[in-house]
Amino acid sequence: MSNQNNTEKPEAKQEFTITVYTENQIGLLNRIAIIFTRRKINIHSLNTSPSEIESIHRFNIVVQETEDVVRKLSRQIEKQVEVLKVYFNTNDDIIWQEMALYKVPTDIIAEKASVERLLRENGARAVVIRKDYTVFETTGHREETDALIRILQPFGLIEFVRSARVAIIKNSDGFNRKLREFEKAEPGEDVVENEYLNKGQRIFTM
Amino acid sequence: MEIEQQALSNPTGVETIEVSGSVALLEALIAEGTEVIFGYPGGAIMPIYDALYDYKEKLNHILVRHEQGGIHAGQGFARTSGKVGVVFATSGPGATNLVTGLADAMIDSTPLVCITGQVFAHLLGTDAFQETDVINITTPVTKWNYQITDATEIPEVLSKAFYIARSGRPGPVLIDITKNAQIQKFDYSGYTPCNHIRSYRPKPLIRNEYIEKAAALINQAKKPFVLWGQGVILGEAELEFKAFVEKSGIPSAWTILGAGAIPTDHPLNVGMLGMHGNYGPNVLTNECDVIIAIGMRFDDRVTGRLDKYAKQAKIIHLDIDPSEIDKNVQTTVPVWGDCKETLPALTALIQQKTYPEWLQKFRDFEQKEIEAVINDELHPASGELTMGEVISHLNELTHGEAIIVTDVGQHQMVACRYAKLNKTRSNVTSGGLGTMGFALPAAIGAKFGAPERTVVAVIGDGGFQMTLQELGTIMQSNIDVKILILNNRFLGMVRQWQELFNQHRYSFVDIESPDFVALAAAYRIKGKSISERGEISSSLKEMLEHKGSFLLEVMVTKENNVFPMVPQGCSVSEIRLK
Repeated sequence: MSNQNNTEKPEAKQEFTITVYTENQIGLLNRIAIIFTRRKINIHSLNTSPSEIESIHRFNIVVQETEDVVRKLSRQIEKQVEVLKVYFNTNDDIIWQEMALYKVPTDIIAEKASVERLLRENGARAVVIRKDYTVFETTGHREETDALIRILQPFGLIEFVRSARVAIIKNSDGFNRKLREFEKAEPGEDVVENEYLNKGQRIFTM
Repeated sequence: MEIEQQALSNPTGVETIEVSGSVALLEALIAEGTEVIFGYPGGAIMPIYDALYDYKEKLNHILVRHEQGGIHAGQGFARTSGKVGVVFATSGPGATNLVTGLADAMIDSTPLVCITGQVFAHLLGTDAFQETDVINITTPVTKWNYQITDATEIPEVLSKAFYIARSGRPGPVLIDITKNAQIQKFDYSGYTPCNHIRSYRPKPLIRNEYIEKAAALINQAKKPFVLWGQGVILGEAELEFKAFVEKSGIPSAWTILGAGAIPTDHPLNVGMLGMHGNYGPNVLTNECDVIIAIGMRFDDRVTGRLDKYAKQAKIIHLDIDPSEIDKNVQTTVPVWGDCKETLPALTALIQQKTYPEWLQKFRDFEQKEIEAVINDELHPASGELTMGEVISHLNELTHGEAIIVTDVGQHQMVACRYAKLNKTRSNVTSGGLGTMGFALPAAIGAKFGAPERTVVAVIGDGGFQMTLQELGTIMQSNIDVKILILNNRFLGMVRQWQELFNQHRYSFVDIESPDFVALAAAYRIKGKSISERGEISSSLKEMLEHKGSFLLEVMVTKENNVFPMVPQGCSVSEIRLK
């Protein structure tokens, strides 16, 4: 698990993205979700998807919590039998995107060319154009998708939806090699990462 | 059936044979060495019970009186035998009645495989008769659970279930099998035990650099202190632990689930930790310089107020479960791994030492505790009987050789504090969950787990009434369990708190009991009730020497309090002697 922070002062809450590699098993979503709900922690965003490896699933879970809480949550998740590996990262460590859809009345869009320009400036594109409504799509960070809501609101925004966050860890080399290690009866040291290896300086001597 | 049995006994052969899911299940249980099943039949598990009819010679099934009794019996069996307890229940209410036992086994790391029947797969989600979503209900209280809807899954899933239940940090597993899968015939090719699941690492890799750092810390310590828990027993590392303690010379104290891993009167055993633990171990927790925590999880009943817990000490934490490290107490040196392997490695690196002055401090505190608390509790000269003196007489008669099963409350704390234990796996109690009603059924299982040993169930008058229906199981299956009811006519622990912290406002703790001896007699169990000091020893002797089960009720003083006590929200060093 990443983010070694050995300061003793109380930590501030911040956004963490938890990445979980799992078997594709019915019931596992619930098993993971209740680790949060038991501690009354709100999940801001949750995405499950296939990973780069067939049969291995990948969860992205976003929470606003202290690093200490996130580390404990991650360990509890990793303890589940069908979970292979858990990583947690701050926003600096990841590339992430969310997708949003906006439905607006076509007549207003057609009338007001400025709208189209606004959309182009915001990286949006039309997915469907019908007589009665048009659906735009944009992908980006929360601030970007939020900005477009504010822009479209005056033009009769009918419907809005945003997807969960999907995130790629910048310094990850994927899971293929790790999985091969997991499949061995005696996995090597690098998959059984011991985060305490970096804690050497904290070890007390008299 | 005969032909079938022959073919089944040769699982390595390429040949397959058509069997039902139920038969495959029972074959799996036999292959896993199941000695006893505690169960209760019902509609959705009938095909399994029908198959069991032909397996009566190979599998010993004990009919309990309630599924909660069944699962606590499974726990008792697992705790005394070290094997996986097996429990059967039907769908719906049968399955939900297991929940308390699952939660208890989960928090106390007890290996169980529970099999529940489920409605036909095509009825799932239709609110069918006795349908309940047992997988989702039990998810937070199981190490793993799985629903089987196709018979072909049974051998593999069962092998995973047993492997997961017993490996690593043990825990309960629940397998829900729909009725169609129990009936369905399939080509069975034998049973292969599981020893690897790619997503599951039961034992973290041992890192020698941590063992070295831990040893260095221990070797430099002036006032080291060992806290051990059930991990030593679950890891079957009692000998390794004893070797470590004896070479290191470090005073060692136990959590209630760790009791008995080394004998009560071992010279380095300084007593019990926690809210009602011994005086010295609690006070000196805040004086030691290095804590070596072995297979224990710093439960709040052990630590008291966490921000005042051992702040001066460096913490070495040996645990097989990585999520326990730093969970409650910040660790200085984490030693991940199975203590059966980590302890010998650590022992090899530490110096042979003794700490006479430091050990003497524990003994000095013990002396204070004896004078302030223990003498009055164990050897009262007059007045009504105390729980402690009953346990003290029991010790004299059993010489510490008996298995002591306790329920929850004052009698539990008294029994755990004072019972003499010479052997490991002698203390069976509901530690983490605090489940009243645990003891009677757990004692049934404990006896199956250790048939050659005497099993004494020490129970309060409140807890006994929660699962007393299991007297029926004891009667029908002729189980030799000694039932010792310490009756103070109160829900004593809650009453104690109401006295101490709620200004004597005794709110619903005054509990009436039936005539327990007459009740036992109704179940053809011999019984006796006493209230005189002179009768204690002879009555206990009569109970222990009686062939078969026996119920002894001892009327003890109503308003005794268990001391010492670390009041909730206080530091361990603020432990009260009165």
